[in-house]
Amino acid sequence: MLGLNSKDLRLFLIVVVLTIAAPILLNPFPVESSLGQSFNAGYPALLQRFVIFGLLVIGFNILFGLTGYLSFGHAAFLGVGSFAAVWMFKLLSYNIVPAIILSVVVAGLFSVVIGFVALRRSGIYFSILTLAFAQMMYSIAYSDLAGKFFGTVVTNGETGLQVYNDDPQILLGAGDPKVPHLFGLEMNAQSVVNIGGWQFTFQNGYYLSALFMILGFYLSIRIFRSPMGMMLRAIKSNQTRMNYTGLNTKPYMLAAFVISGMYAGLAGGLLAAMDPLTGAERMFWTASGEIVVMSILGGVGTLIGPIVGAGVIKYLENIVSKINDGILHGWFSVFPDWLDNFLVTIIHPFIGKGWHLTLGLLFMAVVIFLPGGLVEGGQRLGKLFRRGKTTEAEEAADATRQRNTPAE
Amino acid sequence: MGILEVKGVNKRFGGLQALGNVNLSVQENTCHAIIGPNGAGKSTLLNCLVGKLIPDSGSVMFDGQSVLGRKPFEINQMGISRVFQTPEIFGDLTVIENVIIPCFAKRDGAFRMHAFENVSQEKAIIEQAEAILADVNMLEKRNMHAASLSRGDKRRLEMAMCLVQEPRLLLLDEPTAGMARADTNNTIDLLKEIKEKRDITMAIIEHDMHVVFSLADRITVLAQGTPLVEETPENIKGHPKVREAYLGEAQV
Repeated sequence: MLGLNSKDLRLFLIVVVLTIAAPILLNPFPVESSLGQSFNAGYPALLQRFVIFGLLVIGFNILFGLTGYLSFGHAAFLGVGSFAAVWMFKLLSYNIVPAIILSVVVAGLFSVVIGFVALRRSGIYFSILTLAFAQMMYSIAYSDLAGKFFGTVVTNGETGLQVYNDDPQILLGAGDPKVPHLFGLEMNAQSVVNIGGWQFTFQNGYYLSALFMILGFYLSIRIFRSPMGMMLRAIKSNQTRMNYTGLNTKPYMLAAFVISGMYAGLAGGLLAAMDPLTGAERMFWTASGEIVVMSILGGVGTLIGPIVGAGVIKYLENIVSKINDGILHGWFSVFPDWLDNFLVTIIHPFIGKGWHLTLGLLFMAVVIFLPGGLVEGGQRLGKLFRRGKTTEAEEAADATRQRNTPAE
Repeated sequence: MGILEVKGVNKRFGGLQALGNVNLSVQENTCHAIIGPNGAGKSTLLNCLVGKLIPDSGSVMFDGQSVLGRKPFEINQMGISRVFQTPEIFGDLTVIENVIIPCFAKRDGAFRMHAFENVSQEKAIIEQAEAILADVNMLEKRNMHAASLSRGDKRRLEMAMCLVQEPRLLLLDEPTAGMARADTNNTIDLLKEIKEKRDITMAIIEHDMHVVFSLADRITVLAQGTPLVEETPENIKGHPKVREAYLGEAQV
């Protein structure tokens, strides 16, 4: 079905179901409980980030996972996509369709140019070239060099780009919403459902972003299983043999680079569609680094890894950073005071602003013990549970199957 | 006219004349061996044929077309396949994928944007790949990771990857270098079988006389970048110039 084999189809359907149910699944605790205050992640602003960054890393994985070329400037395409989308809001109207189309097209054009130059080198030199391009674009955006050159505003420098009341918005009708919308369907409109102590929020913007992520995920499965996906893995494996097999690696690489740049542009466009303002900091090199970390944490070259990696990092960033000493004291109030204070002192550096420390430790543990990322951890766990039931013959068959699909 | 005509090829590396006025003619459907002592320029010559190096002067014509200035992948698309000294295969891919890729290269050319097709639906290509694996007795290893194969199997796989493209000229760069005697004999048998079963032209660069005399129809002896003699194997064995090149003048 859908041109996928049964295993891929199962994975795809699981992702679809989890994405649709995410606003419920990520709110496991009653809203008023202390656990709910701390750990519930099912609110729209965070859910949007899960799927938009998931989409971004899925695209990044087509480049890094398949070809092994580590782009260290992917956030530049995200930023370009956002700027393009906000400009569409400023010039046309708040309808997100032209904004998203333009963000993909512009990011595609930028990635053709950057890819053409950067792909002349491989390995660390490729990474440095992409990093240099991204930092140049960041500087240009931050100082609005392009705007100064044309005598107008293009990226609006430090302030960032946003929509003002005196912007042209030539397509804006009288009754049109003053927020990003899809033909009248407002992105920030939401319905809140209360069941007992639980509260679930279903937001249009989240579901639109989720739809794009699901489409992007489907596309990435198709690319992984296509002849081109095989060629890209072959490029990672042995470029010499590719050349002497009559295959021109350059256009394959450029195609992968542009596809993944367009994914990033789409993600940038969606970020702007959720919140119609953007700034140069979206293109800063730490943002590119975050994409790389998400990709490695989830599992490079796996299908589901990017979504897992993006989810885990965005969860830590938003949930662990919210926990403070007061909340900890609340949890540990059952213990005697000295133990309570002791535990809080120990945990203190890892929470709040120290969430990066938690992330760093997690990242180290994954890289050392699970080189295949969190997805490998999941596979090992799955095997552990199945071991009781399976016979040796089944295990052998399982091993063969895994070799069959190295890029699961 | 041979299928491959090398005329007056020169190549210098700084002060070293690696190739000096090399002329070579490989006839269709023969196995042509190029032998010579270390540093004779055998590998330089081969690299000039496949586009890795560009000669300073001279011409290299394949089937009436010049290969000079073309990239390795373009030369392969003209019909020249190359086997390396250490097998170059796609180690991260499975054995069957290793042979599917040259099938795509043969059918679709150097690049095609086939991002939304499905490999498992390319029945003709998979059949073709399976047939060639059966030919080299590797069908039962189709789902193994290529990197986990033994050295001999890697060589067979690389050969299969070249043969599945049905090249008009197969270049072999010391295919038995560093192999044990038994492996060498296996490789010779494999090459003999290929030669008998298919209409294929082979040019082989080799150190091992045993291999050369078992396979070659014509032999060119290269010494210090210049061809000394071109002869049949029978006439090469006792040739004084060959002895001179290999053993040094003092012993003649």
